[in-house]
Amino acid sequence: MSITTRTCTAVVVGLGLVTTLSACGSSGSGEGDGGSGGGSKTVTLVTHDSFVASEDVLKAFEKESGYEIKVLKDGDAGQAVNKAILTKDNPQGDVFFGVDNTLLSRALDNGLFQPYEAKDAELVLPEYRADQDKHRVTAVDTGDICVNYDKAYFEEHDLEPPVSFDDLAEPAYKDLLVTSNASTSSPGLGFLLGTAAEYGDEGWPGYWKKLKANGVKVVDGWEQAYNEEFSGSAGGKKAGGERPLVVSYASSPPAEAIFSDPQPKTAPTGVATGTCFRQVEYAGLLSNAKNAEGGKALLDFMSGKTFQDDMPMNMFVDPVREGAQLPEDYRKYNVEVDDPETMAPDAIAENRDEWVKAWTSLVLK
Amino acid sequence: MVLPVVFFALFFAHPVAAIVARGLNVDGSWRFGRIGEVLADSGVRHVLWFTVWQALASTALTLLVALPGAYVFARFAFRGKQVLRAVVTVPFVLPTVVAGTAFLALLGRGGLLDELWGVRLDTTVWAILLAHVFFNYAVVVRTVGGLWSQLDPRQEEAARMLGASRFAAWRKVTLPALAPAVAAAALMVFLFTFTSFGVVQILGGPGFATLEVEIYRQTSEIFDLATAAVLTLVQFAAVGAILAVHAGTVRRRETALRLVDASTTARRPRGAGQWALLAGVLATVALLIVLPLAVLVERSLDAPGFGYYKALTSDDGGIFLVAPIEAVGNSLRYALAATVIAVVIGGLAAAALARRDAGRLVRGFDALLMLPLGVSAVTVGFGFLIALDEPPLDLRNSWILVPLAQALVGVPFVVRTMLPVLRAVDTRLREAAAVLGASPWRVWREVDLPLVRRALLIAAGFAFAVSLGEFGATVFIARPDNPTLPVAVARLLGRPGDLNYGQAMALSTILMVVCAVALLVLERLRVPSRTGGTGGAPLDRSGEF
Amino acid sequence: MADSLLGLRDATVRFDGRPVLDAVDLDVAEGEIVCVLGPSGSGKSTLLRAVAGLQPLDSGRVSLDGRDQERVPAHRRGVGLMFQDHQLFPQRDVGGNVAFGMRMHGFPRAEQDDRVRELLELVGLPGAARRGVASLSGGEQQRVALARALAPRPRLLMLDEPLGQLDRSLRERLVVELRELFGRLGTTVLAVTHDQGEAFALADRVVVMRDGRIAQSGTPLEVWQRPVDEFVARFLGFDNVVAATVTGQVADTPWGKVPVPEGSAQGPCALLVRPAGVRIVAAGEGLRCAVAARTFRGTHVAVQLSTEGAPRLEAACALREAPGLGDEIGVVFDAAEVVVLGR
Repeated sequence: MSITTRTCTAVVVGLGLVTTLSACGSSGSGEGDGGSGGGSKTVTLVTHDSFVASEDVLKAFEKESGYEIKVLKDGDAGQAVNKAILTKDNPQGDVFFGVDNTLLSRALDNGLFQPYEAKDAELVLPEYRADQDKHRVTAVDTGDICVNYDKAYFEEHDLEPPVSFDDLAEPAYKDLLVTSNASTSSPGLGFLLGTAAEYGDEGWPGYWKKLKANGVKVVDGWEQAYNEEFSGSAGGKKAGGERPLVVSYASSPPAEAIFSDPQPKTAPTGVATGTCFRQVEYAGLLSNAKNAEGGKALLDFMSGKTFQDDMPMNMFVDPVREGAQLPEDYRKYNVEVDDPETMAPDAIAENRDEWVKAWTSLVLK
Repeated sequence: MVLPVVFFALFFAHPVAAIVARGLNVDGSWRFGRIGEVLADSGVRHVLWFTVWQALASTALTLLVALPGAYVFARFAFRGKQVLRAVVTVPFVLPTVVAGTAFLALLGRGGLLDELWGVRLDTTVWAILLAHVFFNYAVVVRTVGGLWSQLDPRQEEAARMLGASRFAAWRKVTLPALAPAVAAAALMVFLFTFTSFGVVQILGGPGFATLEVEIYRQTSEIFDLATAAVLTLVQFAAVGAILAVHAGTVRRRETALRLVDASTTARRPRGAGQWALLAGVLATVALLIVLPLAVLVERSLDAPGFGYYKALTSDDGGIFLVAPIEAVGNSLRYALAATVIAVVIGGLAAAALARRDAGRLVRGFDALLMLPLGVSAVTVGFGFLIALDEPPLDLRNSWILVPLAQALVGVPFVVRTMLPVLRAVDTRLREAAAVLGASPWRVWREVDLPLVRRALLIAAGFAFAVSLGEFGATVFIARPDNPTLPVAVARLLGRPGDLNYGQAMALSTILMVVCAVALLVLERLRVPSRTGGTGGAPLDRSGEF
Repeated sequence: MADSLLGLRDATVRFDGRPVLDAVDLDVAEGEIVCVLGPSGSGKSTLLRAVAGLQPLDSGRVSLDGRDQERVPAHRRGVGLMFQDHQLFPQRDVGGNVAFGMRMHGFPRAEQDDRVRELLELVGLPGAARRGVASLSGGEQQRVALARALAPRPRLLMLDEPLGQLDRSLRERLVVELRELFGRLGTTVLAVTHDQGEAFALADRVVVMRDGRIAQSGTPLEVWQRPVDEFVARFLGFDNVVAATVTGQVADTPWGKVPVPEGSAQGPCALLVRPAGVRIVAAGEGLRCAVAARTFRGTHVAVQLSTEGAPRLEAACALREAPGLGDEIGVVFDAAEVVVLGR
């Protein structure tokens, strides 16, 4: 079930801080040593709530490295990053996992990480690598933010589902799309960045004007969009959702299918493959880590084969390691996205705040 | 006095100052220029304007709807009045996330209005205003109604004997006596709506933002700590001003009024007009308060054989590491700890404030204690994170952080409840005990405690209910393996799937029942106990804010 | 004084800079009953509070049994204080109130019960231990308060306006009872009151206070017979006080020549003529007066006499001899009832 939390970076606000939490210690102790004791045999991973790894995979790490691992889930993705930055002088752990390309510049500019090149760094597919001159972060997983569609609706109405950004502005799809707030939700932001990558700095406001004229609905969080407004999800069906198009993830259809009982032959929802924006999640060694050696070992492990193979079914993300295998169940429902929109982290860093501001006054006001 | 001051310095002033400083102080130099820049921003000004006007409108609407209710609760005796009074208070202590959901069921898609007339009010400002009425109805009924029921009706009768019409008598006699209470209630409602967060988010959608919401977005999502710091300061100033005015009206309220035992002033309604008024108020309460709560309950039962409740006990969902039902235990434990902290800190503060020789500084502390009600939970949460990171105060991983944050919200209620009663205890009674050989501690145990025991219980109950419902700060610092009820509800609501939604409703219902039971018990305690003439039994002002 | 139980030396208390107790020296001997008499605001309650330890001194000292009490908190001074309005604990019954001090001092349970019974009998409320204090009348409350104050056997019992709120007949009866009781128990008592009748009936020694200072101290008889100044005289209820100049054994007053006792101070002074010293004689003799008012006082009639160009005179007449309203009469003065006051 991890997908929902993982994806909803910022939905938080929407249904009332839905996925926010923090300050958890997996050992449940409150001895207040801030995580890993200096030079101890414990290594602490600070991450967001949706981090899930199989028990035996974590055991394998402990056996392999001789360190005991402690996982500290510290809120949704956006909050976990923000908290890590706030506490960077006296961090709560050694490694941070879960900063994506839309927020990477925030983490790097604030000096969250110290350089370390993981052992298998050269096996990370080139398109996912970042910060290649300093090696402060290591790519761990990737996924695409795409418009999902309700297959039943389009069959019923004898309508072709949209494929591209341009399609979404067509009159045929009037009042069908729902998305979430770009300033407070990660999918919302990803979708905005996708349009900016497609139409350029000059062109995207014009496109959004058309979308607005075509009746796009904006709600605050991904949860609301997906579970309340979207007609194709299990939640949306119950809630009487009326919109057959929603901004979500390429991995949402497999999740929708795998978490149904009985599992259907094909996923009930599809992906508009021409509307995708690629998200990459990174991990790095925290600047003032108390157990830097342990942290390094953990980073090596996270880019290693065991962990990369374990990820997809736990977090509904794709591995970034060359030759990593997707599990059978996952492949059965998965949609290949061939040519997603991408944007270099520094381009995102440069424009993000300005675009979000412009988008807010253009679409929300 | 020392303990409360240290508590507030450590767990409120220090964290808030730390986070504000982090925003405005870059590399050792203060950037006060940001204040001007932020305030000049049209978006921010829009937020400020919306914050003020929706608070004003909500306050006016609440008074309009709740004042007849206050009259009915004060002057009419009818069956089930106590239960009803507890019921109208439930929303006040209910977490916004639950209440917001309940309200959606009334105003949103497929809600009652939608089904009857095809009217949907969610994402309109009306939904926000109505929800504010829903939340704050009890504030007006309790504060104004409490005083109203103690006003001697014979004064109004005397005025009528002197030839005043019914309305003129009310306007000339009752209204002036009531005005300070109305003003105090209005200010409290204004404060609560000014800092409204969950309601605006859930019902308003992304198009609406109060200052509190904007602070949250700037801090937690956009990470613009400078803007957040400026907005925090603005809100601080505004809330400070509101509290100062409130303190003034409260002081005026304490001026001499001829008060009588509340149980003697209520009687059965007479005549068609009064019955109609009673019916109108009951209908309003039913529609505005009972219906949304009933929808919650109904939805929680919408599975055969209490299916949702049964599901709460299984731990196979991946959301929590534990069965959702354990959230009940967590909540109770946290709330209990928070209550103990709030009662100790608030009780000590109230005892210090009640002393007749309390200086200006100490009295200023009174207003300070109310400030946590007006400071964004996320500000406090982030503040905790950067301020409490050094041993021996590295509490970031400690369970005590949750009760501490909840106690911050509980303390003002404890102080407000205890203070009037403590002030009413005759100092000479304490002196009499001292001269008879009682040490200061025994004086407190033998004299103060028996007299304020009821107020203490009421204060503890309020702190408990508020802690139980506290969400903003808790969600920020609670550990995922130890969710509280509101946090669990919010997380269940955040998942797709029928079972999750149903469990959320079931947990909400449990939370509501716990709150309601706590309040009902308090209602019983509120019945005036006749303690006799010599001690000057303090008139029951507890539970007013 | 080494043998005094209570000693105040130079005791001073200021409220906002204004002295409420102003350099007061006072001693109370073991077994003595001292009554502090004064109008409200004269500082007499503050005096009790200072002795009890409820009001810290700004300067001076309080000693009990010769020991300085400055650092001794109220609950360790071992004195009893009965408050003006009794201040019974509303949530306790009569027995609970009386036993309170004994509980605080750790008396054994059995002794507490015995003593409660004994004291309630002593104050005339036998068997009232289980009654609620709210059900008591004013006089009964007063008795309970007294029993409560006496119970822990304080070395000094202080009473603040002990009978203040009671009606007259009850007051007169109680004052006698109290005097008897204290005598029997040998209690040392320091009481304050504004009622001179009460003070004179109760006290071995009366202390008159004015503006935080002691104006006069002496036995009731001394104070009554020889008030030291106009303030004390007027406070004791005497209104026949005028400015005068004494020459030899005669004083020159607005009422004409008034004889004064032998050895009186010479020169300008205030002169008190007690009503009993105003003798009514036939019209044409002495000072010419008209009867302006008559008040029946039970044992005598108080007659208000107006004279031209002088303050009114009050005379006390036997019932049968009192003149009628409006009568023109003459007045002569009896030197034995005239007091030359200090100025």
